[in-house]
Amino acid sequence: MSTHKAVHHGDAAGSTRRGFHLIVLNVLGAAVTFAIAIPTLVYLLFPPKGVKDNGWLDAGDISQLVPNDPVELSFQKTRMDGWRLVTEKKTAWVVKGEDNKVTAFGPQCTHLGCAYHFENKQFVCPCHNTFFSIDGKVTAGPAPRPLDQYLVKIDGNRLQVGELKKSVA
Amino acid sequence: MQEKLNQLIDAIDERTGLRTNLQHFLFEEIPASSGWHQIFGSVALFLILVQFFTGSMLAFNYAPTPGDAYDSVRYIMTEVTGGRLMRGLHHWGASMIIVIVVLHMLQVFIWGAYKKPREGTWIVGVILLLLTLAYGLTGYLLPWDNRAYWGTVVTTQIGATVPGAGPYVSRLLASTGDIGVVTFARFYAAHVLLLPPITMILIIFHVYMVRRHGVAPAPGDEHKPKKMFFPEQVFKDTVAVFVAFAILFVLSIWAKIPLERMADPTDTTYIPRPEWYFLFLFQSLKLFEGPMEVIGTVVLPTVAILALIMTPFIDRSKMVKVRNRGIAMLIVLFAALGWGGLTAAALKSTPPQTEASEIDYAGPVQWLNLTASENAGVQAYRQAKCGTCHVTSGEGSGSGPNLLEVVSKRKDSAWLTGHLKDKSSAANLDDGQIRDLAALTLKIDVANGDLPGTTPKFAAEGAALYQKNMCGACHAINGAGGKIGPALNGLAKRRTAAWVKEHFLNPQKMSPGSPMRVYAFNAAEMQAENSYLFTLPDKVAGQ
Repeated sequence: MSTHKAVHHGDAAGSTRRGFHLIVLNVLGAAVTFAIAIPTLVYLLFPPKGVKDNGWLDAGDISQLVPNDPVELSFQKTRMDGWRLVTEKKTAWVVKGEDNKVTAFGPQCTHLGCAYHFENKQFVCPCHNTFFSIDGKVTAGPAPRPLDQYLVKIDGNRLQVGELKKSVA
Repeated sequence: MQEKLNQLIDAIDERTGLRTNLQHFLFEEIPASSGWHQIFGSVALFLILVQFFTGSMLAFNYAPTPGDAYDSVRYIMTEVTGGRLMRGLHHWGASMIIVIVVLHMLQVFIWGAYKKPREGTWIVGVILLLLTLAYGLTGYLLPWDNRAYWGTVVTTQIGATVPGAGPYVSRLLASTGDIGVVTFARFYAAHVLLLPPITMILIIFHVYMVRRHGVAPAPGDEHKPKKMFFPEQVFKDTVAVFVAFAILFVLSIWAKIPLERMADPTDTTYIPRPEWYFLFLFQSLKLFEGPMEVIGTVVLPTVAILALIMTPFIDRSKMVKVRNRGIAMLIVLFAALGWGGLTAAALKSTPPQTEASEIDYAGPVQWLNLTASENAGVQAYRQAKCGTCHVTSGEGSGSGPNLLEVVSKRKDSAWLTGHLKDKSSAANLDDGQIRDLAALTLKIDVANGDLPGTTPKFAAEGAALYQKNMCGACHAINGAGGKIGPALNGLAKRRTAAWVKEHFLNPQKMSPGSPMRVYAFNAAEMQAENSYLFTLPDKVAGQ
């Protein structure tokens, strides 16, 4: 309904009444158009932020962990997926270092997100042959940065896993 | 520059014919008598486009299965930016379309614009009216709240009374038992996939026929010079569209956009009511009982629709001036009286909304998961007017400290109760109320800081009464309390409000041998207590 102003009509062109009609119908048409368009853009382009959770999850017993021998631990994570509460299985590659410091790596290669595995004392991503050392550093292949790490804390024998922090190159 | 632009427009027009056709469309000649009374068609077209548009937008965040549907509608209204407005436009737009479409039809009827050669335009218009009602019927179910569910139960039961075809209709709508996924899928598919293209095709056909025969002239028009559709009538149409949209926009922002509790097929207390424009039908069913019921459910609506379709063939007289259309106006008057009377009677027979059914589930509902003590704390908070000095959310503070900060530093009930007892502002609270207030204060965090403001009055009062009478010694609410009596979550599923009321007044009569003593609440107390107990979540969160 909005912009018909490109159309001209010969004989009535000079009439002020016609001019008034044209102005009002364009202004009102534009007002309605904007009143629909702006909320729509906001609705589509500003997705809700979602709930940030800083909860700690129990990833399991690590008392049997041997230094430099990574294990893949799995745990349940519950989160809001839009309107739905979902429980997902998450995994972490957990390594105990020489200094007994425990590190938990995110299970995806930092190149394109493939799942990697542990083989011959290093982490190997089968997709594009990235190799990571046991402390998560890239030793060969296309991955641009070290493996991502979960925030961890130790509660007795149990490993608590927090947010997955993106590593920096 | 202007010349270049004109050349471009000419070039595009030469290839597409867009401008030529737009001009052809706009510079249509219309009769001299045309004017404001003919705006409704444009407004109806505009509103249906708004419905198509907002409906498509809602689909971006809507999950069309029972259960998920409810959660996603709530998500749209509480989480999505602009989501409440989008649903508001769709919800109120649906009602406005009905109003405008009926006004459009009344105008055409009163002016006699359905007469030869415009019978086809009229009949397609009647079909479009029925389609509009079909949108209302199918869309009503989609939020999957109690209102949606029970409204649809009634509708499908009406469908089941059709003689002969009733059982088949039930099977087709999968409504023989409880309404579930199959009925939902059918209503949804009809609402978003089947009805819109049919509507679109019929609207195009409708407008095409209006153009083919021209706008209906009034007697005397043949002696006056014709007018142009553009810009004068377009101006009037645009003003009307603007006014309609302004009303719709204001309603969407300020008026209530209903979302009740999630559909509950076991809820025996819910009194279903259809949307307002179906109330007259709903009421007319009450006039017929037993085997006569089919007259109200099938015969009368069918006769009415047939009469509408046949109108151009029943009235075959020549066009006359509006003021001479006395019979038409009488018919409209009687129809309006009948419709208005039935609707008014239906409204009158609708029991007043209880406080509990007025809860806006699209708003903050954290109070539902509080213990009775915490909810009673809200009542104490209000009674002692804590809010005049303290704030409980966000940054900053009033003249007293921000309670969020207090709680993060002092997570200590003993300290809080001692502290509150020393405060003169809490002097009118007894020890129990101070304990409740401390419980509430400790419960407040970033996510629920608006609890003191958003907890409904009946819940705060009901919980305070519950605490004062120490109901929690025997009963549990949301996992907190005693185990001697039954837990009160899910009470709404087990008992009616009347039963519970009687049970308070005479426990031995209702459940002989019960250790419960008599609680002689007055009417206001009883109302608050029952509303509170009946709105508790059926299941305790986290169990």
